[in-house]
Amino acid sequence: MSNNAAAASEIAYDSKIEGEIIVTRADAVVNWLRANSVWPMPMGLACCAIELMAAGGSRFDIARFGMEVMRFSPRQSDCMIVAGTVTYKMAEVVRRIYDQMAEPKWVVAMGACASSGGMYRSYATLQGVDRIVPVDVYISGCPPRPEALLDGMLLLQEKIHSERNSVRDTFKGRHRIIDTKVVG
Amino acid sequence: MSQLTQADLLAKFPFLTARASLDYVAVNTPADKLVELARTLRDELGFDVLTDLAGMDWDKAAPRFSVVYHFYGSTSKQFLRVNCAAPDDTAPSVPSLTGLYPSADWHEREAYDLMGIRFEGHPDLRRILMWDSYPFHPLRKEFPLAGIDTPVPSADLIEATGIHAAPAPMAGGPFVSSCGTTLASGEPRALDQSWNESKPKA
Repeated sequence: MSNNAAAASEIAYDSKIEGEIIVTRADAVVNWLRANSVWPMPMGLACCAIELMAAGGSRFDIARFGMEVMRFSPRQSDCMIVAGTVTYKMAEVVRRIYDQMAEPKWVVAMGACASSGGMYRSYATLQGVDRIVPVDVYISGCPPRPEALLDGMLLLQEKIHSERNSVRDTFKGRHRIIDTKVVG
Repeated sequence: MSQLTQADLLAKFPFLTARASLDYVAVNTPADKLVELARTLRDELGFDVLTDLAGMDWDKAAPRFSVVYHFYGSTSKQFLRVNCAAPDDTAPSVPSLTGLYPSADWHEREAYDLMGIRFEGHPDLRRILMWDSYPFHPLRKEFPLAGIDTPVPSADLIEATGIHAAPAPMAGGPFVSSCGTTLASGEPRALDQSWNESKPKA
């Protein structure tokens, strides 16, 4: 929350001093906009997706954080929430959808399976989605409760607030350094 | 409708042999008589549903592979279990029932995918769970649970990430309970967990 508070103070505006001009940093504005309108791409692959749906419902209400606009098109989404078990057969699809998302983009690995393969220590299961896409936030749980997802998404907001050179890097197409390495 | 007994079946079909069962009527059939049997079961004896079929790997026993069918009569409310051993242990194959029961289609594809049992006469015998180029049949007894190093099916994914389907880290597992012992010694917590993928077993 310290980053949130810092960003808020940077764009605090006193009309008596500054008139109609607001002085701030581009990063602060851009990150503030991005963090408060994350459009998730619900990559629901198993039971975690049920908790993801619950987080979108009225009881847990992910709309409080500006993330209620679930987009099933990768072209319109910022954050892929990988909710469920990724098999080797599905890995290609997950990576392709990630590639189709426009910059800037983030990935949340929701639950044990997406984070590490979970209980599926088997021949068919990708042992963690970070082997094919760069993951920003890992959420533990099998499946995580909606509160845990919201906590992870708030962490992601903090991470977005802390990014530097947001504008320049986005337009130069190097917002993120995509570096996934295969372990084992 | 009256219930069919094992004796009725054995009397009607001389090629059948009795099969021990704790619940439903069960028989063994030779593979070359399977279609004939299934047609009579469906058209004359009212077993109009093929609820399930399962491939079996009996490991060291001969014949090694068999397929177990569960037929159901929707009028008689009766289940019938038919076991059909595949004659060849190296290239197991049994006749397909897709011509009689459309529900056999995907079940036979699954048994072919995971067990490597071929179903002769199946219209589209492709893998259904693993990807098409996968070289193994992972539910066979000799296949390790962790898997065998294999390329993943997508060239662009390999190019982007260098990933391959490596054996899964067992990390002291597999953590399954064994029966016939006390809880303290049979549960996963009693297993040797001193080793994992980065620290080999001493």
